[in-house]
Amino acid sequence: MVPLSYYLVLSGILFTCGVAGFLIKRNIITIFMSIELMLNGVNLSFVAFAAQWHSLSGQVFVFFVMVVAAAEAAVGLAIIIAVYRTRATLNVDKVDLLKL
Amino acid sequence: MLHLILFSVFGLICVAGAVNLLVQSHPINSALSLVVVMGSLAVEYLLLGAEFVAAVQVIVYAGAVMVLFVFVIMLLNAGAEEHTKGSIIALALGVPGMLIAAILIAWVLVTKSGIHPLSLNALPGHPKDIAQLLFHDFLLPFEVTSILVLIAIMGSVVLASRPEAIEHSKKES
Repeated sequence: MVPLSYYLVLSGILFTCGVAGFLIKRNIITIFMSIELMLNGVNLSFVAFAAQWHSLSGQVFVFFVMVVAAAEAAVGLAIIIAVYRTRATLNVDKVDLLKL
Repeated sequence: MLHLILFSVFGLICVAGAVNLLVQSHPINSALSLVVVMGSLAVEYLLLGAEFVAAVQVIVYAGAVMVLFVFVIMLLNAGAEEHTKGSIIALALGVPGMLIAAILIAWVLVTKSGIHPLSLNALPGHPKDIAQLLFHDFLLPFEVTSILVLIAIMGSVVLASRPEAIEHSKKES
C-alpha cells in the first residue's frame, strides 16, 4: 500500500521539473512542453486526492484540465508557428520585440 | 507490496523522463521523453484505480497532444537548442534554493499528511459513474468547456493561417 504523500511528492517533483524547464530552456517548443509537464504533475495530485477521499470529482477535474491543456496546446503551437514565420527563430532570447 | 513496487518503478521512469526532458537539447528528444512521462503517469493512475483517466491520458495526452507537438517540431524543422549566456547569480542562488524548497515541501508532505495508505481499487473509476458526474453535477462547466474549445479552434486557425491569405480574403469580400 502506498501512502498518499508519496504520490504528492512524485507530483511535486514533476511540477518542479516543469518549472525548471520553463526557466532554463531556450527553445520555445521545449518551454511549451515544460508547461504540459506541470499540468501532468497537477493531474496526478488530483487523482491521488480523489482516491484518498473516495470522491470522483477529482477525476472529473482531471478531464477539465486535459481539455484546457489540449486547447492551450492547439493555440500555443499556432502562436509558435506565427512567431517562427515572422522571426525565423525559435530561441526565446531573440524574440524580444513586441513589433518588428 | 506489489502496489509499492509498481509505484516505485513507474515513478522512477516518470522522473527519469522528466529529467531527460530538461537535459536533452534537441526538442524531438524532449518530446519523446514527455511521451514516456505521460505513459508512466497513466500506469500511476491505474494504480490509483482511475482506469478511465488512464485510458484518456494515453489517448489524449500521449496520443493527440504529443502528435501535435512532434508535428510542429517537424514542420518548423527545429534544430538543437542554441545556448545563450545565463546569469551566474541566478544559477548560484537558484539551484540551492530550489533544492531546499523541494526538500522542505517533501518533508512536510511525508511527515504531516499522515500515513493513510491508499488501497488498490478503492475507488470505482467506472466510466458510467464519471459520466453521471460530468453530465449531471458538472453540466455547466462542461458546456462552458465546449465554448472554450470552439474559441481555441478558431484562434489556432486564425493564428496559423498566413497573413497574405487573410489579406486576400478581405479583398474578395
